[in-house]
Amino acid sequence: MTTREDGAVTGSATTESAAARTTEEDDGLLPQLVAHLREHRTRLREEWVGRIHGAHLLQAMTASEMVAETTSVYDNYVEVLETGSVEELQHYARDLSERIIPRGVETHEVVGIVLLLRDVLARSLFEKYQGDMLVLNRVLDAYEPAANRIANTVAVSFVDERERVIRQQQDSIRELSTPVLPVRERLLILPIIGVLDRERARQLTEQLLTGIRTHRAKVVVVDITGVPDVDEAVANHLVQTVDASRLMGASVIITGLSPEIAQTLVTIGVDLSKMDTIGDLQGGLEEAERLLGFTVTRRGGAGGP
Amino acid sequence: MTSSPRLFSILRQGSCLIASIHTALDDSQLVVFQRDLVERIGRERARGVVIDVAALDVLDSFATRTLRDIGEMARLRGAATVIVGIQPEVAFAMVRLGLHTGAVSTALDLEEGLALLDWRLAGPAVRGP
Repeated sequence: MTTREDGAVTGSATTESAAARTTEEDDGLLPQLVAHLREHRTRLREEWVGRIHGAHLLQAMTASEMVAETTSVYDNYVEVLETGSVEELQHYARDLSERIIPRGVETHEVVGIVLLLRDVLARSLFEKYQGDMLVLNRVLDAYEPAANRIANTVAVSFVDERERVIRQQQDSIRELSTPVLPVRERLLILPIIGVLDRERARQLTEQLLTGIRTHRAKVVVVDITGVPDVDEAVANHLVQTVDASRLMGASVIITGLSPEIAQTLVTIGVDLSKMDTIGDLQGGLEEAERLLGFTVTRRGGAGGP
Repeated sequence: MTSSPRLFSILRQGSCLIASIHTALDDSQLVVFQRDLVERIGRERARGVVIDVAALDVLDSFATRTLRDIGEMARLRGAATVIVGIQPEVAFAMVRLGLHTGAVSTALDLEEGLALLDWRLAGPAVRGP
């Protein structure tokens, strides 16, 4: 192990001089190297899987998935070593990422298994050629840049894919985040759940004001029970939204202010005199119905349905 | 009224006046609008005024102050004023700029505004303060 590690370090340092010295001779080395890796495919792959288990990586995968994935990664790896085409690998890495991200595989695991494979193969090459140091050096010179490029590609593809998934999720959260729901004629409710940042607050305002126009709302109940906390900017934004709604002829009732938010609002000195707030959504709806002149009565006495 | 193409119209509907602004008015045109409207309130003996600004995509500080002044003057001349048709973007821009309509009430659109005036004019008279 130590020897190989040393080889890897000095190998990368001497790559350029070695390449300049023996370009023609190296042409024959890579196919030889690939043939060796193909020949010992099963043994090396199993050794690799053993190392993966030993490092406690990919524990989310079942044994059969592991066999399928590692075989596939191995074959691709060797193929890319042979052809030098990273496109194939990129494609595969993206495909792999798409399948394993939902299972909670982390970036360090993916990078880890590729580095393990690199090590397993490097060691096998070392064993094969250790009799002749000169050949070994040239083999490693040919092998290492290709192997590093592969590790790099896989890591980048994986991170790209992850970011794409995250972006997609953010978009869908954003779309779902501020529903405007008509509950009665001229009465809207906006339940807000989750952190209210500037972007969401801006979106809330837009949805609320256009909702008022579309539904011809007179009363809007904004329920912020599900909002953990607000900062000063967002609090002011809420107050402005309430004022803007009033300019459009609608009254806004805010319900479900948590103790933390109430404290924030008081501490930062937002002018709350014009804010109509009621403890919970139920109370807010009752007040809204009162404002609109609805009376809700239970049919047939107090017995309930 | 004005001799140029009409920038606004003031119509009578029952005991109310409906003043619609058709296009963005500059400051001097706003003053003309204010003068005409307040004069019409007295002449028509109007009890309520609806100012429709739905066609405007911006309400600056001068326009807002003019509307507020009209509301105040109309009240002194015996009419309640409602501003209707403030668009969502306009409403939020106004609030961001710290503009407000003061004591003048607002409603979604013309229909709402007239309903509000009806309620105002009939309500307190029936119930009495």
